[in-house]
Amino acid sequence: MYASLVPTSAEMIRFLPELILTVVATLFMVLDPLLGRQSRHVYGHFSILALLGAMAAAVYVYRDPGAAFSGMLMVDGFATFFRVVVIGVGILTVLPSYRYLDREDAETGEYHALLLFSIVGQCVMVTANELIMIFIGLEISSIASYVLAGYLRDDRRANEAALKYFLLGSFATAFFLYGVALIYGMTGSTNLATVRRAILGGSLGSAPIFIGVAAALMFVGLGFKVSGAPFQIWAPDVYQGAPTPVAAFLSAGPKAAAFAIFLRIFLTAFQPIGPGWEPLVWVSALASMTLGNFAALTQSNIKRLLAYSSIAHAGYVLVALAARSNVGTAAAMFYMAAYAFMNIGAFAVVSHLSGKGERYLKVEDFAGLGAKQPGTAALLSIFLLSLIGVPLTGGFFGKFYIFKAALDSHLVWLTVLGLLNSAVAAYYYLRILVMMYMREPGEAASRIQPLTPGLRAALVLPALGTLVLGIFPGWVLDFAGRSSVFVR
Amino acid sequence: MQLWLIPAFPLAGFLINGLLGRRASKGFINAVAIGSVLLSFAWVLKTIMGLGDVSSRYVEHYFTWIQSGALQVNFDFAVDRLTVVMLLVVTGVGALIHIYSVGYMGHEGGYYRFFAYLNLFMFFMLTLVLAANYLVLFVGWEGVGLCSYLLIGFYFLRQSATNAGNKAFIVNRIGDFGFSLAIFLVFLNFGTLDFGGVFANVPGKPETLLNTIGLLLLVGACGKSAQIPLYVWLPDAMEGPTPVSALIHAATMVTAGVYMVARSNVIYIHAPVAQEAVALIGLATAFFSATIGLLQNDIKKIFAYSTVSQLGYMFVGAGVGAFSAGIYHLVTHAFFKALLFLGSGSVIHALSGEQDVRRMGGLAKKIPWTFWTMLCAAVAIAGVPPFSGFYSKDMILAAAYQRAPWIYWVGAITAGLTAFYVFRAIFLAFFGAYRGHEHPHESPPVMILPLAALAFLSLAGGFLFDVPQFLERLFPPIEESHDVTLVAVSVAIGLAGIGLAALFYVVKPSLPDSLAASFSGVYKLIYNKYFVDEIYDAAVVKPVVNGSRSLLWKGVDVGLIDAGVNGLGWSARGIGGILRLLQSGSIRSYATWVVFGSVVLMVAMAMAGGVR
Repeated sequence: MYASLVPTSAEMIRFLPELILTVVATLFMVLDPLLGRQSRHVYGHFSILALLGAMAAAVYVYRDPGAAFSGMLMVDGFATFFRVVVIGVGILTVLPSYRYLDREDAETGEYHALLLFSIVGQCVMVTANELIMIFIGLEISSIASYVLAGYLRDDRRANEAALKYFLLGSFATAFFLYGVALIYGMTGSTNLATVRRAILGGSLGSAPIFIGVAAALMFVGLGFKVSGAPFQIWAPDVYQGAPTPVAAFLSAGPKAAAFAIFLRIFLTAFQPIGPGWEPLVWVSALASMTLGNFAALTQSNIKRLLAYSSIAHAGYVLVALAARSNVGTAAAMFYMAAYAFMNIGAFAVVSHLSGKGERYLKVEDFAGLGAKQPGTAALLSIFLLSLIGVPLTGGFFGKFYIFKAALDSHLVWLTVLGLLNSAVAAYYYLRILVMMYMREPGEAASRIQPLTPGLRAALVLPALGTLVLGIFPGWVLDFAGRSSVFVR
Repeated sequence: MQLWLIPAFPLAGFLINGLLGRRASKGFINAVAIGSVLLSFAWVLKTIMGLGDVSSRYVEHYFTWIQSGALQVNFDFAVDRLTVVMLLVVTGVGALIHIYSVGYMGHEGGYYRFFAYLNLFMFFMLTLVLAANYLVLFVGWEGVGLCSYLLIGFYFLRQSATNAGNKAFIVNRIGDFGFSLAIFLVFLNFGTLDFGGVFANVPGKPETLLNTIGLLLLVGACGKSAQIPLYVWLPDAMEGPTPVSALIHAATMVTAGVYMVARSNVIYIHAPVAQEAVALIGLATAFFSATIGLLQNDIKKIFAYSTVSQLGYMFVGAGVGAFSAGIYHLVTHAFFKALLFLGSGSVIHALSGEQDVRRMGGLAKKIPWTFWTMLCAAVAIAGVPPFSGFYSKDMILAAAYQRAPWIYWVGAITAGLTAFYVFRAIFLAFFGAYRGHEHPHESPPVMILPLAALAFLSLAGGFLFDVPQFLERLFPPIEESHDVTLVAVSVAIGLAGIGLAALFYVVKPSLPDSLAASFSGVYKLIYNKYFVDEIYDAAVVKPVVNGSRSLLWKGVDVGLIDAGVNGLGWSARGIGGILRLLQSGSIRSYATWVVFGSVVLMVAMAMAGGVR
């Protein structure tokens, strides 16, 4: 079966997006000490070029889908979809970072190199077809993001966030690795399809109980990465402490990739024991939604609020996983794309408003933004309405498809509770809208800087994306629906 | 064929002017706004050339718009002969009105905003007529509505304009409610919203169902096309700038209801009750609004009631089965009514804003171009042969006679009333002595040119474009009748209307007042538009407002919902406060939490998951 260990050129081309990003990121590392501070924007420009190139490559290689490197990677519709999502998240993260890094007077070379490495890891995760590759991708992505979380070295909160993220993250990854080891011990393979066949074949003797344990261990690791309850506990502290563009990135990129492998592992390898893990996902989904939404109600810090909201949104996607169907997979894919747009957009506004040293992070600091900078306020309104799930936005169709998939799979109670939850969520998003439009401008709004071109793009692009997904959901959903069959 | 380009040009114009117009020069705004509509017109022509004689329906599929369970809605455009007619009217007349607006709006504030809205309107209107299914049509339908409200309230600092915008919005909600119910019913019973799929399956469906759908569609059409009982918004809509009245509230948008009924002709043919209702509502509207038009003094209001009346004519055509005659009248009406509005815009422009015909007079010599072009429109709408209105009106009346002679007679009398009020306006404005104070001045060439073009079309459009023959294969055939007496009678009634108007307002100007005095009861009733606005206000608006205020707002909302929600809210925040305690910030407690969670998970999985 594995005729040659030397990859063919077709296989190398399927790996092209990762290659582009790795080469550029490595070049950044080498050039960083050589280039002076005058060229600090060069890294951002080249990051965007590299990411655009990688996205084009990801789309291009889909013309010839197939496996690479002895079946360790699999380029299919599902992988391509998530590759485009995580690379797109990368672009939307770089755009507001120009202004942010200037404002905080931080180094730019390392920052962009780390960002690209993290995206490489996520691309490997979403294309991986077996557990070791998944693990490698997960680690590449995670280690780079640990450093990014603490990128502002002199900021105490950032240091604390990075350390917490690192310790708890490693802890959770260890669980995942134990799960992988158990699976390999029992089935003799780490390939997802082979594992599935071994479970179905029933040749595991007295082992089935350990299959369940292995699934649980992996659930812990992945649950941590997607910040699903009860492993969500790190998210508020880390999002709050991390630089705002990094928090935006963490809430969208690594999370999308983690959901991709979550879907792949549980719907491919563990599909035969689906009835066993479905109740767990059910409980985790409900707990994430409830914990996230109710805790967000009392938050006064906007970054913490968005962190809890991202926990709640992870809960919605877990509902789609609990549906265990192609429709559910497609809904989860759609949701991650919509969520990436609206959440990064919201974080970009926060990054813009917070001012040097991130002083203005209270919900009250949004007071009067509608009068001071109507454009920014209007864009933030689009993101918030989408996060609530108001029609004509991507968030609406995301929720709609997820709960429809849940209903199709007869998860009636989960749907009812989830919908009640999104009603609760409307409160804390609307509070920000009320602040923006119905209160007199406070100190933060009066000190707000004009928008830079990078920031403008960072706000307008996600808003356009949110609206396009809300008005023409068919474009993305069609592709997601066709791709969801690969996860089986 | 790239049909999507047809609406895409105005959309691009809207985006460019909407985003950049604030700082752009007028020349740039004009070029973008007019250029986009002209490009769209050119693309329509190119499409028609490419399609040859358009003998069958040509569909272009773009993407699956909504896919949910059994519901699949495609974003498709389609062209058949009916669409061709509509496309030509919308882009052709639309382009002329855009050009005219350059002159008319030249001194107004919000210049770029006006043209951006106008282009947005064109985009939605073209989407509406190109739609290949009910939902895409509905998108265009709501979109033109939106632009209509925005443009009615264009002078938003004027309270009456804002109120008129609100009125149009609210009245149209009633119509749209009916339309959306019709769409739901169509989907439930046909499983699709695509025109082709629906109409192919109409034969064989129960008649009650088709009647219900037809009546609900009619409710929607009544809202958009201002028919009884939902016509009240259109006269108020004249608060908008005059080019808007010409484009949206005379030539294009208000005819969307007629278009929709003609598009759904297969349903109506199999739904006799609904079709009868179309004819009766059309006839009643045509007659009553014509009588209201007799005594109006605001020149735009006269033509507004005339529009309502003429739309009623088109509904009569569709209702008696002469769909192609209805569409024919839609086309000729677009020419002469747009011209009447643009002409009155030119008069208003000349008099620096004066709209009351009692303070005009003798303008024929002062603004001759406006006078002569408007006279062309007047003879066309009065049904004087061989001008355009004669052909289409005559065809509707002939078909009505086949169905029921009394419809013909009411229609013919309405034609007489029409001739009377239009010439009343012409005589009052252009003949006699000047009664105003301003110094009238002729409009610039950029306004006169579109007037001249429309005047030509009003005169010659009838025999230049044989719309019924073009649409022959699309609709069931009309029984041909060549009864010369019928034609002669209706023409005679029309000429009598003109003659009476001349007698009243040129020969013996004292006659109207003495007549008004001797028939004061009828006069007051008609002068006050049958008190319909007052009746609606007392019967619908006041009870709804009061009920909402005292019962729904103070009672249900404050007492029940707010109290309940606040209670829930406080308890929710209470839960949130407890959850906050979990977040101690200590990393050791976090790790404990993770371990605790994983132990629970593993036990659960070992118990439930592994054991099959």
